[in-house]
Amino acid sequence: MKIRGRAYKIERDNINTDEIIPARYLNVSEPEILGKHCMEGIEGNFSKKVRRGDILVVGKNFGCGSSREHAVIAIKSCGVKAIIGESFARIFFRNAINTGLPLVISGGWSKEISTGDTLEIDFEKGVVKNLSTGKRYTVTPFPKFIQEIIKNDGIMKYLKNVKRTETLHTR
Amino acid sequence: MTEKLLLAHTSKRSIFPGEFIYVSVDLALANDITAPIAIKVLKENNIDEVFDPDRVVLVLDHFTPNKDIQSAEQCKFVEAFAKEKRIKHLFSPAGGNMGIEHILLPERGLVLPGQLVIGADSHTCTYGALAAFSTGVGSTDFAYVLAEGKIWLRVPKTIKVIFYGKRKKYVFGKDLILYFISKIGVDGANYMSLEFYDRVSPPLCMEERFTICNMVIECGGKNGLFPYDRITEEFVKFHSRKKYKVYHPDRGAKYEDVIEINVEGISPQVALPSLPSNSVGVDKLEKKIYINQVVIGSCTNGWLYDLKIAAKILVGRRIHPDVRLIVIPATQEIYRQALKEGIIEIFTNAGAIISPPTCGPCLGGHMGILADGERCLATTNRNFVGRMGSTNSEVYLSSPAVAAASAIAGYIISPEEIKK
Repeated sequence: MKIRGRAYKIERDNINTDEIIPARYLNVSEPEILGKHCMEGIEGNFSKKVRRGDILVVGKNFGCGSSREHAVIAIKSCGVKAIIGESFARIFFRNAINTGLPLVISGGWSKEISTGDTLEIDFEKGVVKNLSTGKRYTVTPFPKFIQEIIKNDGIMKYLKNVKRTETLHTR
Repeated sequence: MTEKLLLAHTSKRSIFPGEFIYVSVDLALANDITAPIAIKVLKENNIDEVFDPDRVVLVLDHFTPNKDIQSAEQCKFVEAFAKEKRIKHLFSPAGGNMGIEHILLPERGLVLPGQLVIGADSHTCTYGALAAFSTGVGSTDFAYVLAEGKIWLRVPKTIKVIFYGKRKKYVFGKDLILYFISKIGVDGANYMSLEFYDRVSPPLCMEERFTICNMVIECGGKNGLFPYDRITEEFVKFHSRKKYKVYHPDRGAKYEDVIEINVEGISPQVALPSLPSNSVGVDKLEKKIYINQVVIGSCTNGWLYDLKIAAKILVGRRIHPDVRLIVIPATQEIYRQALKEGIIEIFTNAGAIISPPTCGPCLGGHMGILADGERCLATTNRNFVGRMGSTNSEVYLSSPAVAAASAIAGYIISPEEIKK
């Protein structure tokens, strides 16, 4: 699976899910409404500035705090196709993978990316290319099991398509 | 010990850290915020059956009593689902069965040692205090559990944490976990399991263990637990008559790291905005931090034990006229007990407002939202930007003792100071 898109960078560590979508909007779950308020606390007008197909680039421990899946729904609703982060908080990682939003754990090289760069991510090979700067980065590809979930657009479709073979899951 | 607990919930002979496994779930939990999305996911995928309605718990606690029309709709939606699927455990204001999930479940004896609990709420890690494996997930994960009774997990590495030494007066479990998070950082235990050992004098009580495990998520931990002992046994036997299986840590168990913390030097803590890791000793504060509001409650510190600590400081005193003190007993049962023991009277005499059991202000839901520029000291678990209201408000975290003392003073202060 390959994704190509424009980089949209938020240069900060520990962006928590309260900042991604404040709790006052958790009385609804409609993607359009949640998307409108995405990143309200830290990036004013994020939903207008980010473009459909963008790749979000963030720092360490992205998505820490509350387990609210509304955070992932809001980000996806803004058109973000993938996120490259130095690291991700555990529950956010699960929520993203489970709902088919691919993530890349960079470790640190993503600091070199600027907003507006064109990026290309190859998930099977574990390669990220910055087509604007010509730089190429390698990452450890996710285990097959995680890749399968992403390919199937999330865990529920994976369940439907791949079925319940425990041996396959646990490889 | 976490590995042993996980292994017992697979059909495998052995597991190793880093491995992806499927585990069977003993108890699945969601609330009025996370359940609606999960129910929608089930409907979208045409899944009609719940794996075991007796092992599902739905707690309507975040925005209840319903704060607005949309919250009311969400609760109605969850209640209808619970009825249709014959979910055994539904807790809501209806029938007076109200309470904050992570205190309500142990109180009702729904979580037992040795169990594997998955909850669509990040503070599900609280139940590790009962020597169970429990961790927080999102709504789709919860939907998957409802459908399959299983979940995928990566076996975590474990850090052993030993608290030892004699603790100062007014140093509680909350202070120890805040101090620990300040040392390890907000992602210091990301994806890892924390195994806590209590060698503190006087020993940590069960409520303090719950507080410590509750905040494991604030340093990124997958789960945190205390091995089973006499204190666990006493609590469980009091709250449940059901049988359970105990898993003890292996003698030669491998740990990623061992962290020993001498608690003797730890003073009552306060976490400054806007991360739980910004904790310092209250006695180290350089200037007076004036506050507009104090909140005593939440899944972190809403136990009767916590209310008693605050009441002991507030008895016979009045809070500062510029401070709103909001006290939230975590469950109806705690409320009743507090009434019976005269604690509610102490609070109201001191000038406190008593709220019904709810997560309410902790996540900026309702019952105590902050205005622009306002400051709150809370016994809750997160002090993120805008957590309790305006993005220009501030939240500080502490134990109920520091919170009560500060409500009297009008600024953040050590309980030692107030006693003088």
